[in-house]
Amino acid sequence: MREFPRPRGHADCICDTATRPPDAVTTAAKPPPAADAWTTWPVAGWTRYAAPQQFYPLAGRLLPWFAGAAVLLAIAGLAVGLLIAPTDFQQGDAYRIIFIHVPAAWMSMLIYVVMAFWAGLGLVLNTRLSSMLAIALAPTGALMTFIALWTGALWGKPTWGTWWVWDARLTSELLLLFLYLGFLALQASTDDVRRADRGGAILALVGVVNVPVIYFSVQWWNTLHQGASVNLTRAPSMASIMLVGMLLMVAALWAGAIAAALHRVRSIILEREKGSEWVSRLPEALQ
Amino acid sequence: MTWTSLSDFAAMGGYALYVWGSYAVAAATLAWEAVLLVQRRRRAIEDLRLGASLREERHDPPA
Repeated sequence: MREFPRPRGHADCICDTATRPPDAVTTAAKPPPAADAWTTWPVAGWTRYAAPQQFYPLAGRLLPWFAGAAVLLAIAGLAVGLLIAPTDFQQGDAYRIIFIHVPAAWMSMLIYVVMAFWAGLGLVLNTRLSSMLAIALAPTGALMTFIALWTGALWGKPTWGTWWVWDARLTSELLLLFLYLGFLALQASTDDVRRADRGGAILALVGVVNVPVIYFSVQWWNTLHQGASVNLTRAPSMASIMLVGMLLMVAALWAGAIAAALHRVRSIILEREKGSEWVSRLPEALQ
Repeated sequence: MTWTSLSDFAAMGGYALYVWGSYAVAAATLAWEAVLLVQRRRRAIEDLRLGASLREERHDPPA
């Protein structure tokens, strides 16, 4: 298993050094020959952030920018969506739910794919930070899924006459919520961190199959849910000011999700790496 | 601006319950997430300090 090079003299987390044989600790401290491929790679500078002690301060510096962008973009998006965009000629003002529903639904799928990517990378490369990033994304993804379902129900009632139907789009989105909750429950119920990471990664990777099912469900099956309003191959079937409002909200939730994940991963790093040399030297660890 | 008055805006063309029900719950759950994030970080830092003071007790017994 290849490890990313990390500075010598830094202890791994407590569980690692306790369970590893002494010779494994020394080999981990010395970068294997394969690591040269990473250091000579053009973007090799990024791989040093694979170490939690490098990523922790970086995440702290990036956090206010993403959080600030999320707030500003949300203000702009809500102003366009709720104040400037005209009333829809078919759905009246009920359509304004689109400005939160579609961005949340997109983010629920995107976050799942990113979460599964990091979980899978953690499984294959055995890098600690990848698994921590996956866990940091899961609650935010679950929240986006909940918002998509909730706003969908409130949109369905006035336009379809029902809060819920068991059709392909709605059912697969509900399954996505259960996948997030299952991933989180698995993490919470397993004391052995490494086993929890591996089990969670397998669950996350199997569940990825559900994401294209959600996305294409409106094409594959005859569902009550309307088709995509925005598509890469043809012009969007909505007024441009409505599209601007929606894309602003997508950007707001995207930046907000990154900010939330960065904040959460910093807490997870502290929880998992406590007792290590570098954490005990952090200003926040000192009284 | 598509609204003529504040009450017009609040009424959302008769869909106030659905539109405001969506945005209120979205805002409330996002705010709740922010609170949980801050709490988790505070707990993690408290835990670090507790661990550090316990180690100090073990390694430096009072003279």
